[in-house]
Amino acid sequence: MAQSPQDVFAPWDDATEKPLIRFRNVTKNFGDFTAIDDLTLDIYAKEFFALLGPSGCGKTTLMRMLAGFEKPTTGTIELDGKDIANVPPNQRAVNMMFQSYALFPHLSVYENIAFGLKRSDMDKADIPARVDEMLRLTRLQKFAKRKPHQISGGQRQRVALARSLAKAPKLLLLDEPLGALDKKLRHETQFELMDIQEKTGTTFVIVTHDQEEAMTVASRVAVMDAGVIVQVATPDRIYETPNSVYVADFIGEVNLIEGHAAVDNGVATISWAEGQPPITAKTDLTADTQCTYAVRPEKITITQHEPQDRPNKIKGAVLDIAYLGNISTYHVELPDGKVIKAQTANDRRIARRSFTWEDTVWLSWTDTAGVVLTA
Amino acid sequence: MRRFTLIAIPYLWLFALFVVPFLIVVRISFSYYELSIPPYGPQLDLSTGWDGVKAFFAELNWDNYAFLTGDDLYWKAYLSSLKIALIATFLTLLVGFPIAYAMAKAAEEWRPMLMMLIILPFWTSFLIRVYAWIGILGTEGYLNQLMLGIGLIDAPLTILNTNVAVYIGIVYTYLPFMVLPIYAALEKMDDSLLEAAEDLGCTRTQAFWLVTAPLAKSGIIAGCFLVFIPSLGEFVIPSLLGGSDTLMIGKVLWEEFFSNRDWPVASTVAVILLLILIIPIILFQRNEQKQRETDG
Repeated sequence: MAQSPQDVFAPWDDATEKPLIRFRNVTKNFGDFTAIDDLTLDIYAKEFFALLGPSGCGKTTLMRMLAGFEKPTTGTIELDGKDIANVPPNQRAVNMMFQSYALFPHLSVYENIAFGLKRSDMDKADIPARVDEMLRLTRLQKFAKRKPHQISGGQRQRVALARSLAKAPKLLLLDEPLGALDKKLRHETQFELMDIQEKTGTTFVIVTHDQEEAMTVASRVAVMDAGVIVQVATPDRIYETPNSVYVADFIGEVNLIEGHAAVDNGVATISWAEGQPPITAKTDLTADTQCTYAVRPEKITITQHEPQDRPNKIKGAVLDIAYLGNISTYHVELPDGKVIKAQTANDRRIARRSFTWEDTVWLSWTDTAGVVLTA
Repeated sequence: MRRFTLIAIPYLWLFALFVVPFLIVVRISFSYYELSIPPYGPQLDLSTGWDGVKAFFAELNWDNYAFLTGDDLYWKAYLSSLKIALIATFLTLLVGFPIAYAMAKAAEEWRPMLMMLIILPFWTSFLIRVYAWIGILGTEGYLNQLMLGIGLIDAPLTILNTNVAVYIGIVYTYLPFMVLPIYAALEKMDDSLLEAAEDLGCTRTQAFWLVTAPLAKSGIIAGCFLVFIPSLGEFVIPSLLGGSDTLMIGKVLWEEFFSNRDWPVASTVAVILLLILIIPIILFQRNEQKQRETDG
């Protein structure tokens, strides 16, 4: 994308920008169970915001509170500056795309999309034009007369999207929208979703447990755990600078090394195992502390001979190779039995690979490759 | 050959248990009353060979059908039966739908128990259950005693031996036939459909009429036919609970058969009843067919 730095979309960094949605100290209890625990969160207009977490982390509850199907036990939710706690779902400028799609089986694709418009104050004569626009947007013109059971899963997904977008909501909620699609279709649809979000300028909030999906589509990702948001940041920051072991571990693959950091002038020297040289890493920490050092496998270089000029290097033996086609993940066993994962792009044919099982190899990485975590 | 045998079995079954008895009834309807055993004539006499067959067919006639159209008792009985069956079906729907709806909305673990409660009355004799209603609905019955006891009425109501009692009896007896198909239709309905309707701007009431009712339609139609068809020819309920002015064709049929011993007229009444029922039966089959197509 050819964007100059000043028009990068980042309303969350702009103090003058007013958020579209504000969760303020929201708690939601179901009996004894706390689904959402004192949560505060701002979501801005035109954002594609992803709620990511394992099942049962509260992300669906959060979304259902936005739609109006659940009320917060305490705290307030504001939409456009107004508290929406007592606005019923049928009066909110919020529409939802359901995980099951919830298409009306007795109505045609056309009637499904028109359903919300007929319930709105839109002029009867304007409805066909709006439905046609939605059909075009989702490339469903040919299927307008079909019933939901007469079209494919991917088409049903698009009908659900068209139906929820038809009323031009301020906020569109997507509950695991691509969960029912196969992998290839899911990838295509992710880009389609981003396209549609951009074209319509609607704020999207998506709930997903698929980290890859969240990273692909979202402008910001909130990682949730047990009713609490652990980190909210752009996908690259979530990946490169996770704020906790939980986030580092939840998103992608990671090597976690526990040790003790001696901090001096922004550089941590982490002693982590008997007989191994300490790891050096740049850090914001100021005091010595117990820590977990997290480094992604693809940041680790694997070589046959001892590399020069690398601040961190360890010797080990290849234990396993996971060949994924475009990349390979090497599991390298250190003398003390710890296994470190390193990833290399397969830019050469596999027959010309320079090391194989049981070979002695060197792992090395820079002092900015990983992060020092204390949480 | 094997395929032919497989198809032949249900057809043989239908032939032996429906077509043959029906043909016998048709044959009697074209006969005349005779004081003999069996109480109708002519009898087919094969000892005289081909002439006997010819003589037999020559004596069959349409007299009974002419008689039925001539006497207004019969068509009044048909009309009255239609009216009672229609009203009773509607009342059963009014009572049955909320029950089916509540069952479908009940917690998953409760449903088998509720289903059991609906089916359980079938395990006792139908006659005994209808007799029990006599004890409930009579002037000295439990219902009147209860209403007098709580001061709802001053004098006992006459319910037994009226059409009201017949309606109560039909609704009670055929309720499961209404509840089960509607329950089956509602149970497979996804709850998120109602949330989606609300999300798209419907009130709860609108969501019911625009989503729940259309999805329950096939179940409602099936239930209505399952109640309407047997109650049209119902005999036990009107004769036990109904009064002397309760005119139903099932009762007429019974009286012709057992009181008057006029088998030919009774058979004619039965044949015409079946002809009347063929229309709703075909409609019912078509509804089932359509439902299978949309499900498949």
